[in-house]
Amino acid sequence: MAAAATPTGEGSGPSGHPAVEVQGLTRRFGEQVALDDVSLAVRQGEFFSLLGPSGCGKTTLLRILAGLDLPDQGSVRIEGVDANRLAAHRRPVNTVFQSYALFPHMTVRDNVAFGLRMKKVSPTETAERVDRMMDLVQIRSFADRKPAQLSGGQKQRVALARALVNEPRVLLLDEPLGALDLKLRKELQVELSSLQRRLQITFVYVTHDQEEALVMSDRIAVMRAGRIEQVDESHRLYERPRTRFVGQFLGSCNLLDAAVRERRGESVTVDTAVGPLRLEPGALGTLDRRCFSLAIRPEKVLVLSPSEATGENRATAKVSQIIYIGSETHYILEAGSARLTAYALNAGAGAPTYSVGDSCVAALPSSSLVVLED
Amino acid sequence: MALGSREEVRFGERLTRAGQFLRSLSTSGPGIFWVSLFLLAPLLAVAVIAFLTRGPYGDFGGPFTLQNYRRLAGFGVLGFEPLYPLIIARSLVLAAGTTAACVIAAFPLAFFIAALSPRFKNVALTLVIVPFWTNLLIRTYAWQILFGAEGPLARLAAALRLIPDGSALYPGTFAVTVGMLCAYVPFLVLPLYTAVEKLDWSIAEAAMDLGADGPRVFRHAILPQVMPGLVAGIILVFIPATGQFVIPDLLGGAKTALLGNAIQQQFGPSRDWPFGSALAFVGMAVVMGGLWLYARVAGERGQELL
Repeated sequence: MAAAATPTGEGSGPSGHPAVEVQGLTRRFGEQVALDDVSLAVRQGEFFSLLGPSGCGKTTLLRILAGLDLPDQGSVRIEGVDANRLAAHRRPVNTVFQSYALFPHMTVRDNVAFGLRMKKVSPTETAERVDRMMDLVQIRSFADRKPAQLSGGQKQRVALARALVNEPRVLLLDEPLGALDLKLRKELQVELSSLQRRLQITFVYVTHDQEEALVMSDRIAVMRAGRIEQVDESHRLYERPRTRFVGQFLGSCNLLDAAVRERRGESVTVDTAVGPLRLEPGALGTLDRRCFSLAIRPEKVLVLSPSEATGENRATAKVSQIIYIGSETHYILEAGSARLTAYALNAGAGAPTYSVGDSCVAALPSSSLVVLED
Repeated sequence: MALGSREEVRFGERLTRAGQFLRSLSTSGPGIFWVSLFLLAPLLAVAVIAFLTRGPYGDFGGPFTLQNYRRLAGFGVLGFEPLYPLIIARSLVLAAGTTAACVIAAFPLAFFIAALSPRFKNVALTLVIVPFWTNLLIRTYAWQILFGAEGPLARLAAALRLIPDGSALYPGTFAVTVGMLCAYVPFLVLPLYTAVEKLDWSIAEAAMDLGADGPRVFRHAILPQVMPGLVAGIILVFIPATGQFVIPDLLGGAKTALLGNAIQQQFGPSRDWPFGSALAFVGMAVVMGGLWLYARVAGERGQELL
């Protein structure tokens, strides 16, 4: 991701406050804890995603930001203003709902104009802004249709226009692409993130689709069972997951149990099921345990021929399964008592280099080994 | 094979036109027969009788005349006197008032029932229907007792200084309104409740999110969604309420004539079937016209407002 495109350097906007700041947010539904002491700050103008499996509390958090639900404990500040006692219709935020929630009895134009009418914006200005927004998201051509006459993708655009026309400080999106087919979803992902960059409006985007989150977001918060597991820039989240859950939810991950064998200053060697591995200097950080988990992404595991066996962090292995998916070949390797997955890009011509039963060497570069906290 | 030589596939079967006709007749036939015999035929008889002349002994026969309708419009033997137009107007006002009272009462009730847990929902719906288990006449007499000077409600009203000590709450407009409301409100609650039950609350949330406060959320996001149920309920209340005369008679003191008892009077004591038929027909036309007007106005306003 280009550094210029990420507004993370700006920190906060002209007001000097984060766009959204929540502290110690807790929400229970009966016995179930939907949000458990969640704290979070979303920067001005950033595309921020809340990522997690269903039931992790991401939608509850979004609804609390919108004012459609209230926390049992904790505070919400929007642009530095305490929003806890601000009713939904007074908050400077707008929502794109998962079900779109378009007004079925209104035309597309009236749907888009609704927010401005509620704010008593003059009719001429309303018409002007509605037209401009409809042009921006390309829905002008069916402005006089009713929602029932629209396709899913069109409805999605109307829902987006209806929210954006109000020029909210923060736009909240609740899995807006969830109901669309894959191809349309990919198109709209790109469109949505370019729209966000152009408008410079802070987006808080809820999704359970890790790829979607990676494609669009500046930063991602991974949620699990009402808690935030990790908040980071998307590439850092992928490269340096802090927990097993983050590693496995965001892409796939080889996990190895590791025990410290030798510690010589910064340099650490660990015992694992595939043999001894050396870690990068400083990889342990402040971790003070002898046993922990190591993670390595499948595409970082290199499959080498036995003749290339010399070097650091190599393990002899046997190919037990090959999955050919066109652009890549996925190898399942038996290395020691462990099973490793390796993705190899099919850059050269011809069939995969190895076949089932072949002996090979798996290289696990120390720079790609990630020490997990749990 | 002149008729129905063309075949069409319907529900996975190949049928000729004649075959299709016979098949649909086999299902809709009994219904058509029933409606023709017990609704269309009597209605046609009434339509014809309205143009006949009353005989000296309450019989009727020729010649065909418009006299019944002239009399209805107020041109009697004693000159112009709009007695019957007033009766019809009074009935319409009573029906409109009843409908309005029912709408006001049914809205909170429908939302309340819809918000209950499934178990209590069924209990509440049963309670809405329970009054139907008792005859309307008995229910109305019961109101007389409750509203009587010695009744608990009149005593309460007197204690609150709403009425003079020792007086009754009936006969009067209040008693009629309460009686009518209680008789007809289930007809409005049930369809309205069905609509409220199906409400998509995310649309209300969207309106809220876009800056609508409570009343405007109701008007723009909730009312349009429950409109079909509301319209059905209004029709179900308004039509029978125009013909109702037992409740206004018993609780209003039987001082004024309404469409219902005017018709009953003609077919009963007065034995003037032709005039009674004319009255019945005009009453029906007025109600139909009113509903048509209502549908047009509601439809238009719906187009532009909603």
